[in-house]
Amino acid sequence: MEEFLLVFRSDYANKVPQQSPEQLQSMMKPWQDWIGSLAAQNKLVSSGNRLASEGRVVKPQNIITNGPYVEIKEAIGGYIIIRASSLDEAAKLSKSCPILSIGGNVEIRAIVPMD
Amino acid sequence: MQEKELIPHLFRTEYRKIISVLCKRFGIEYIEVAEDIVSDTFLLASETWGLKGLPKNPIAWLYTVSKNKAIDFLKHKKIFTGKVYSDIQQTTLTINEIEIDLSDKNITDSQLQMMFAVCHDCISKDAQIGLSLNILCGFGVEEIADALLTSREATYKRLSRAKEKLKAENVRIELPGLSDIHNRLETVLTTLYLLFSEGYYSTSQKTTLRKELCVEAMRLNVMLIENEQTNTPSANALLSLMCFHASRFEARTKQNGDIILYEDQDEKLWNRELIARGEHYLIHASKGDKLSKYHIEAAIAYWHTHKKDTLEKWENILQLYNRLLQIEYSPIAALNRTYALAKANGKQEAIIEAEKLDLITNHLYYSLLGNLYSDVDNKKALSNLQKALALAKTVADKKIIEKNISRLIK
Repeated sequence: MEEFLLVFRSDYANKVPQQSPEQLQSMMKPWQDWIGSLAAQNKLVSSGNRLASEGRVVKPQNIITNGPYVEIKEAIGGYIIIRASSLDEAAKLSKSCPILSIGGNVEIRAIVPMD
Repeated sequence: MQEKELIPHLFRTEYRKIISVLCKRFGIEYIEVAEDIVSDTFLLASETWGLKGLPKNPIAWLYTVSKNKAIDFLKHKKIFTGKVYSDIQQTTLTINEIEIDLSDKNITDSQLQMMFAVCHDCISKDAQIGLSLNILCGFGVEEIADALLTSREATYKRLSRAKEKLKAENVRIELPGLSDIHNRLETVLTTLYLLFSEGYYSTSQKTTLRKELCVEAMRLNVMLIENEQTNTPSANALLSLMCFHASRFEARTKQNGDIILYEDQDEKLWNRELIARGEHYLIHASKGDKLSKYHIEAAIAYWHTHKKDTLEKWENILQLYNRLLQIEYSPIAALNRTYALAKANGKQEAIIEAEKLDLITNHLYYSLLGNLYSDVDNKKALSNLQKALALAKTVADKKIIEKNISRLIK
């Protein structure tokens, strides 16, 4: 079994600004059920985190810009770490990720241990 | 109470108290001496009480006799050590050295400290459970063997090995310091949780014995709650969980020890008082900032105290299982989560998720699939239940599956 980082990207910049608690709740349910499903298969390593839409990008020559890349509509919105036997299995597990139903995508990267 | 019933009764309630005080006083290296003293005391009681009649205050009698025996031992030990190391110290005894404090407070403190000594990471979980039953609950080797479904010899060996290990590690009978208490309490809670589960889910047909294990686990948990240092949110959550489960004890077993499934239980037999206590402890459990698995399991058990199937109930249970599995995976939680998924999101989705679990050595996996396929595809339902039946090991499990099969082909 290897570990894989799943990065969720979507167009977070143009999201509907205000959400009622009920809307938030109904938005969260597919995520909770999907992560619960991975955990029930014993494939979840870390529930990861969600990321705020604001950020900074630091470049050489002391250049700091407001990020994330506003020109790219594919901002990173969150990540989790899963366990799978191969890149193909990791991709299969990502097929039911709720990000896909709102026009986003999942990037899957194998984690290389540091030793 | 007649003398015949009185001695076993006192053995159950007083053995653990005296032994804890003596172990605490002597140190763990003299645990067998403490056991001998208490056993001798009870032996003497059964001899003399039968001949001379009951003393006015039997408990005080037991305390006095064991106290005298303990003081004799300490004197002897002191003289012996004194002779061996005569050049180091004089052998005169001070009052403090022969004090055996059997006050309520010291009894409670000693039992609590003993709980930490027995639930020590240097011995296996099985040994911790066995020793807890032996020393903290006054169970004999035979009862422990019956309760844990092992042989007398295996239990005896396990207990003596565990005692040797505690001695070798020189485990101290005291409450851990502030820096350590959190981790050590975690181990104690796990042992109590397993002790309770052993009673609650055991396949032993001895219903009374099983219930006693649960009651003992709850009693020990109450001791933790009554002490300021160990009255933590997790300890409250665990007790809450036990109360909710125990509330169904009368409703979940037939006279012959057969299990009655949740859906078939008579709600009127659920113990309302225990449910109320469970709610009380759950409120106390919510005072911290850490969400333990006991919190989540208690919340799941809370929802199960509402018999009526509502979408709200099952949606809550589903989300709780989603979180529980993120804290700690277990096959049983994965199966229960999928059952809740069927109730909250429908059978179609649950069948797809259930097939992914792939727990092909677990009869409960096929029982779940059999349940989910019922009324969707009865042929598949039946073949899954048959696989479950082939894998089931205990009579109780087989009976339940056979019942489900007969329901299906009716």
